Amino acid sequence: MKYLQTIGLTLFVIGFALFNVSFFWSGYQLTPEIVKSQISDEKKASALLLETKEIVAPEPSSNFKFVADLSAAFERVNERQLAIFSLSDTELDKLASYNKEKFTIASVDSVFRGNDEQSAFKRKAFKDNGSWLDGQATSREQIQTVADNIKKYSIISQFGFDRYAVKDLKYSITKAAAISPVKSNPTLYLFLTFGLCIIGSMLYILPKLKLPPGIKNNGIFFNVMKNVQWLGILTGSWLIAFYVFLYFYPEYMTNWVLMVDPVSRLLSGNEAGRFFLYGFIYTLCILVMGVRMLINYRHSKYQILRTCSVMFFQTAFAFLIPEILIRLNQPYFDFKNIWPLDYSFFFNNRLDTLLANGGLGVFMLVWGIALIIIAVPVLVYFFGKRWYCSWVCGCGGLAETLGDPYRQLSNKKLSAWKIERWMIHGVLVFAVVMTGGVLYTYFTNSSWVLFFDSYKLREIYGAFIGAGFAGVVGTGFYPLMGNRTWCRFGCPLAAYLGIIQRFKSRFRITTNGGQCISCGNCSTYCEMGIDVRWYAQRGQNIVRSSCVGCGVCSSVCPRGVLNLEVKEEEGRFGKAILIGNNGIKLVD
Amino acid sequence: MKHIVIIGNGISGITAARNIRKRSNDNITVISGETEHFFSRTALMYIYMGHMKYENTKPYEDWFWKKNKIDLVKDFVEKVDPDSKQLVLRNKGNFKYDILIIASGSKSNKFGWPGQDLKGVQGLYSFQDLELMEQNSKGIKHAVIVGGGLIGIEMAEMLLTRKIGVTILVRENEFWSNVLPIQEANLISRHVRSHHVDLRLNIELKEIQSDGNGKVKSIVTNKGETIECQFVGLTVGVSPNIDFLKNSGIETKRGVLVNEYLETDVPNVYALGDCVERKYDLPGRRNIEQVWYTGRMMGEVVAQTITGEKTKYEPGPWFNSAKFFDIEYQTYGNVWNELKSNEMEFYWEHASGTKCVHVVWDKLTNQFLGINTFGIRMRHECFDIWLREKRSIDFVIEHLAEANFDPEFFSQHEDEIVSEYKKVTSLISQ
Ligand SMILES: Cc1cc2nc3c(=O)[nH]c(=O)nc-3n(C[C@H](O)[C@H](O)[C@H](O)COP(=O)(O)OP(=O)(O)OC[C@H]3O[C@@H](n4cnc5c(N)ncnc54)[C@H](O)[C@@H]3O)c2cc1C
Ligand code: SF4
Ligand code: SF4
Repeated sequence: MKYLQTIGLTLFVIGFALFNVSFFWSGYQLTPEIVKSQISDEKKASALLLETKEIVAPEPSSNFKFVADLSAAFERVNERQLAIFSLSDTELDKLASYNKEKFTIASVDSVFRGNDEQSAFKRKAFKDNGSWLDGQATSREQIQTVADNIKKYSIISQFGFDRYAVKDLKYSITKAAAISPVKSNPTLYLFLTFGLCIIGSMLYILPKLKLPPGIKNNGIFFNVMKNVQWLGILTGSWLIAFYVFLYFYPEYMTNWVLMVDPVSRLLSGNEAGRFFLYGFIYTLCILVMGVRMLINYRHSKYQILRTCSVMFFQTAFAFLIPEILIRLNQPYFDFKNIWPLDYSFFFNNRLDTLLANGGLGVFMLVWGIALIIIAVPVLVYFFGKRWYCSWVCGCGGLAETLGDPYRQLSNKKLSAWKIERWMIHGVLVFAVVMTGGVLYTYFTNSSWVLFFDSYKLREIYGAFIGAGFAGVVGTGFYPLMGNRTWCRFGCPLAAYLGIIQRFKSRFRITTNGGQCISCGNCSTYCEMGIDVRWYAQRGQNIVRSSCVGCGVCSSVCPRGVLNLEVKEEEGRFGKAILIGNNGIKLVD
Repeated sequence: MKHIVIIGNGISGITAARNIRKRSNDNITVISGETEHFFSRTALMYIYMGHMKYENTKPYEDWFWKKNKIDLVKDFVEKVDPDSKQLVLRNKGNFKYDILIIASGSKSNKFGWPGQDLKGVQGLYSFQDLELMEQNSKGIKHAVIVGGGLIGIEMAEMLLTRKIGVTILVRENEFWSNVLPIQEANLISRHVRSHHVDLRLNIELKEIQSDGNGKVKSIVTNKGETIECQFVGLTVGVSPNIDFLKNSGIETKRGVLVNEYLETDVPNVYALGDCVERKYDLPGRRNIEQVWYTGRMMGEVVAQTITGEKTKYEPGPWFNSAKFFDIEYQTYGNVWNELKSNEMEFYWEHASGTKCVHVVWDKLTNQFLGINTFGIRMRHECFDIWLREKRSIDFVIEHLAEANFDPEFFSQHEDEIVSEYKKVTSLISQ
């Protein structure tokens, strides 16, 4: 057993090391063909080519240098276009003096005569941006404002690259320009990295079958990985870095994306994007660590079924079906993702896509809404929020598999519970307001709602909640704060499910009479930071909005005190009484 | 306002303190020498095995005591003087009380074996014992545990997680068969062995031998066998920890003697938990009950009495639980290790050999008397009611499924148990 595990660990480390090396292991060659293939606007493409002469030269460089050069090139293009197309002070003065007292917009035609591209642009842009000046008393200041706006908005978007375009292009150009062993033989590297890691993990995990079935928590608090010591901190840092690159700097991880190209082509027929890479790694983690979970908890049928369930929903619903839909020219859709976790469900681009896709699109829209307003309350009523959080959800799935080694790190303090309630409900309110704004904009075409800009708001939500909280903090902090940080403090869907679970559900955790010995195993291993013992030792049912029904408290209890049950609602909260002691009266 | 002083911050003393606080505004001070805060003694093993940290074993957060105005004093009581209503503390000197509650728990037994004070020989009761065990077991190869009880098996499980070989010496002919009927004792013995424990039955410790430097080197059994070991765990039971009461005038025998109201023979002095010996008998219970639940229940009772509602200690039907490596054990009512003359029994064991149910009833009246269950969780509440209502064995068997407390999706064995029960009992009646 030791022997196999050592080999496994070695293979895993080799695979993982290669994976990390491949992050840097690439040269880049930017050719005009690549630029042209990535930028459809010919004028913009040639403007960029003018600025990328030295990158075009066929010399390999590191990804950091290449991306830096590319960014600089985009900036130079923008500067140059601004220089060409901006209205100069002399031109503005001229415009002002031409309109001695009253400003007429037609005067623009006389001031910017010329048949060249610049003059044509200036005429049109000033008319578009400055029509409000027409008929007003001439003011040099107002004319300047119009010129500034043109500089800020029109020139960059028409002739240069705004920040959204830069972000996308940096990624796609870097990917296309890469020349690396990975790119020339992705399948081989897929095997040498992911393949070795999977084989290694299995060799490490499977021999545990030899151990007798039962709770396997030995040594957890001495373990450098599971107790916020050097390895845990290192792992957390790696995960955080991974998420920061994934969400904010994908252009650096193109080699990794290239590696999974063959898989993507096989499934959807398209080349892989960064989120395909993410989905691929995510699913593998759930499957591999799911096997570990199955072996560790093989004495508990509840844990076995639950783990199989999250493995299935991730693989089929989150990973395969959406890719197959794309292959069939249908919209990408994850049938188990529910708003407001799926915060972009009501974004106009997604609504438009669904509505443009006939019967299936409409079905998807109706399905998504039905999940929100029917499935959530009905299923939570009958089973508790666990039906989603620890049986179906992808975030929950990852937390229960990859995150299982870290469940003991959740904070059990009363103060943490207070923070939790403020935060999670705050995010829910944020999600509702943001979505309300987005829908308002969808139906009215006006981006301003009361006092905020719905585009700005969705962008803030996406960056801070969608990427920052759910991703960077949610998973990156597994080894630091436990595996359910996002589910506990941030997930707006968990907040919604939790409100129903707390107030209208048949689910509760019952305690077995007076059998509790206050040992603390249940609280320690509750990933949601619920102080289960607090209830168990006073003989009170546990009815908490945050409980995801993972059942681990019940599994680890050495005295058989806890049981997840669904029964008629009456008496659900129960009285805090420990049976077995006559003559004892309750005091509140 | 009275000043209520409690000696001992274990489950008994703390339950008393908490429940008094719920019902009155009196001053409450808890004096205890072992640890600053209440922790769960039952969880000592999990600290050693790395399942939890000491912090995790504290049932209440540290701010709890101040918020509930329960003063904590970390010190040892050396003397009690009921005449002047005064204690003498090791560091803080004299300490006044109006009402005194003694909840000083137990200490490990030692039976005067040669070599029992060598380095590497110890019991396991206190937090300090745990720290000592951490030191004593560092880097060693083999350990011998003397005594086949609950703490002994916990110690074996603890040592195995550090890859230390374990031999257990048991005087009886099966593990814990002074408490368990032979069938269950046998099942547990098998399970213990499946964890690679060298379990030796019908054998006793004669002597512990030194390596010449004051450390244990080996032990010798009553059969003349020598076993090399660097650690000896003495787990041959515990007895009340009451040495400090010697000349206090408070009446003691093996424990502090109390009546139904947990009063000692001295006014305003009560005693609870492990350190207590009841003067009167309760059916189905020993007069010294060294279990967690008793301490807790006595704490609840005394709190009512002290706050003006005089209450007798009247526990319901006996219940208990434990875990032997991977097998959970629960018991309700009384299943004695040997069947009494008025009793009948039915024993079912699952094919896996790791689950069983043992029920006992009265031959004449058919009244259900008790159940042992291994590997199947059962509902305390059901059995508590059935025992109080003196239900018949047939009723209990028929309703056994209602008492099942296993998690959802677990295999249910009630059908099998019921049909086997019917088979066996119809054979008997023929
Ligand atoms: C390893 C282990 C596992 C156990 N597992 C179980 C189990 O699973 N189920 C179960 O029912 N029972 C179990 N028990 C027994 C259970 O823990 C005890 O019955 C229970 O803790 C007794 O509680 P208590 O409050 O009476 O005494 P204690 O918990 O012993 O508390 C007494 C406290 O008083 C202090 N004290 C004593 N004398 C003085 C003094 N003179 N001055 C100051 N302080 C003093 C002691 O240091 C101690 O801290 C276990 C015991 C051990 C050791
Ligand atoms: S794990 Fe079980 S015995 Fe221990 S505190 Fe929790 S409910 Fe009580
Ligand atoms: S209370 Fe129990 S079931 Fe609920 S989340 Fe915590 S460990 Fe899981």
